[in-house]
Amino acid sequence: MASDGSLEVSQYRIMLLIRGFEQLAMELMLNRTAVGTVHPYVGQEAIAAGVCSRLAPADRITSTHRGHGHCLAKGARADRMFAELLGRVDGYCAGKGGSMHIADFSVGMLGANGVVGAGLPIAAGAALAASVRGDGTVVVAFFGDGAVGAGAFHETLNLAALWKLPLILVCEANGWAVRTATQDTIAPRPIAGLAAGYGIAGVVADGNDVTVMAAAAAAARDRALAGHGPTLIEAVTYRMTQHSMRPEAPPDPRDPNQRAHWASRDPIDRHRKYLTTAGWLDAESDAALQAEITRELAAALDFGLASPYPAAETAFEGVYAEVVS
Amino acid sequence: MSELRRWNGPQAFDAALLREMDDDDGVIVMGTEVVQSALRRFGPQRSRAVPIAENGVSGLAVGAAMAGLRPVVILRNATFSYLAFDQLLNQAAKMRYMSGGQARVSAVFCVSFYSAGQAMAAQHSQPSYALYAHVPGVRVVAPANPADAYGLLRAAIRSDDPVIFVESAWLAEDVAEVDPEHLVEIGTAAIARGGTDVTIAAAAHAVPVALDAAAALARDGIAAEVIDLRTIAPLDTATIRASVRKTGRLVVVDESPPVCSLAAEIVADVTTDPVTFAALRAQPARVCAAPVPVPFSPPLEAAVFPSAGDVARAARGLVAGSLAGATSGWGSSPGRAR
Repeated sequence: MASDGSLEVSQYRIMLLIRGFEQLAMELMLNRTAVGTVHPYVGQEAIAAGVCSRLAPADRITSTHRGHGHCLAKGARADRMFAELLGRVDGYCAGKGGSMHIADFSVGMLGANGVVGAGLPIAAGAALAASVRGDGTVVVAFFGDGAVGAGAFHETLNLAALWKLPLILVCEANGWAVRTATQDTIAPRPIAGLAAGYGIAGVVADGNDVTVMAAAAAAARDRALAGHGPTLIEAVTYRMTQHSMRPEAPPDPRDPNQRAHWASRDPIDRHRKYLTTAGWLDAESDAALQAEITRELAAALDFGLASPYPAAETAFEGVYAEVVS
Repeated sequence: MSELRRWNGPQAFDAALLREMDDDDGVIVMGTEVVQSALRRFGPQRSRAVPIAENGVSGLAVGAAMAGLRPVVILRNATFSYLAFDQLLNQAAKMRYMSGGQARVSAVFCVSFYSAGQAMAAQHSQPSYALYAHVPGVRVVAPANPADAYGLLRAAIRSDDPVIFVESAWLAEDVAEVDPEHLVEIGTAAIARGGTDVTIAAAAHAVPVALDAAAALARDGIAAEVIDLRTIAPLDTATIRASVRKTGRLVVVDESPPVCSLAAEIVADVTTDPVTFAALRAQPARVCAAPVPVPFSPPLEAAVFPSAGDVARAARGLVAGSLAGATSGWGSSPGRAR
């Protein structure tokens, strides 16, 4: 496909935005400005940026505990995200969700999720709604390789395949489930090989290459809208940070050589080289873009920090749609 | 008023479902057995057979609701819903709140349970409504007759909140007249029988047990008022309190064990509300299922579930001011509930 580079540069921009957001979020945790925890998406940016670059605004996604990247890539605003992970009133969930539950229904982001595998059937349900309504949209379920051992994974694939739901299953295979290597707990290899058993398309893709991820998503979306059902994409990647960021986090159990190997495959560095080689980015425009994102994120963080905490009585509101006296 | 129909519980359920599917094309139904009546009228897009995959199917309902539909999931036995607790109690229940009001989880999860006299043993005989009711964010309704099964299912489908519809399997054998316009507001109890001497509060299949007890009490000159709770969460405490303030006595009948139960909640409510507490003329009594897995053998099963005799004995004890009589049944009897 001929390109003027605008899609590729916008993917780069989103990756920089995610990386910068996560760096600030980690700082907020380490200097104890933020409470709870955050699960950084650092190293996996190409997956959300690539997949979401080929979605329509009305398409929907579900996400995981490691959800900031999916939010930003689908179009959520960094300022309201910072406000949410700081527990402030202007956050997407008015402070009731925090990092692990950010949702922005206005851009089709149906929510991060604190339970591994839970977003899979929810995404299939949204795809069922799209199918029943015939509205020409697709749904993406982002999940990790740690979810492949959960029953919800099989239950979702079975029904999505049977009903040919417009669903794209993106397994972010970063090789680790918290502090346990998934090779010690997950049998099927490749994970995408499971697709054959369900009679659906399955692909193993380089999750650190944003153009590969975008192409895989575009093909999966076309298949879904043509009525051919779901696609299982195994995006092979690596999380460059710890599982979760807390001041008192235990040491990273992973082999330093493994970490160094994957650091050399940083998806942002790779895409920058790609753009530079293609002539769509040079040192000057790169520096300008990075400076612009730094300013944007600083303003977003200021917005979050300036937002007040919600009034305590709002804790008792919003459990139900309908008040029953 | 429309012409009354004579329906048993399943017929009332079907009729309510079809009525709501007629009124709103966003209503779909999923069950491990396809709902044939809905399939015939609305086709395979809206009436679906699903695999035995409680968590996954419930999750589909959550997602479909969040994307604008009104799914109804038939999970069959309440105990099977335990496989779906993540989606019912961790996703459906919390999604609206966690998202700051963005999510509308307009889904209905239908479960049924066996109880006294049905010999279905432990893994099929648990009403479970108190388990669900413990988690904020879900509504829990429990009809005691076909008419309210109809009216409550319609209300559940119309609700913008997730509703768990808990039905006694005995409703299949209960035939009653149903007004096709019947719609029960969630959160409202009904007075199933009026009385002035003692209040008997019950839900689901405990209601006919309570009504049998009230009939026996009437022969002794004791006028029992029977409250059919109809909704477990939120409880209609106003109706319960008003009745207890009138009668001064309360017996709660619950086909669940007493620990952290519906009966415990009702007794806590009336004894911590100052006005109702002041009106009490005797300590409240709980007549609950024994705290054991439900046994199979009929004499064992009969020993575990509250009977009309247990309920009447407790009520007579309260009226007579006799502690011994009032502690029949499981909930109020430390000597038996080991």
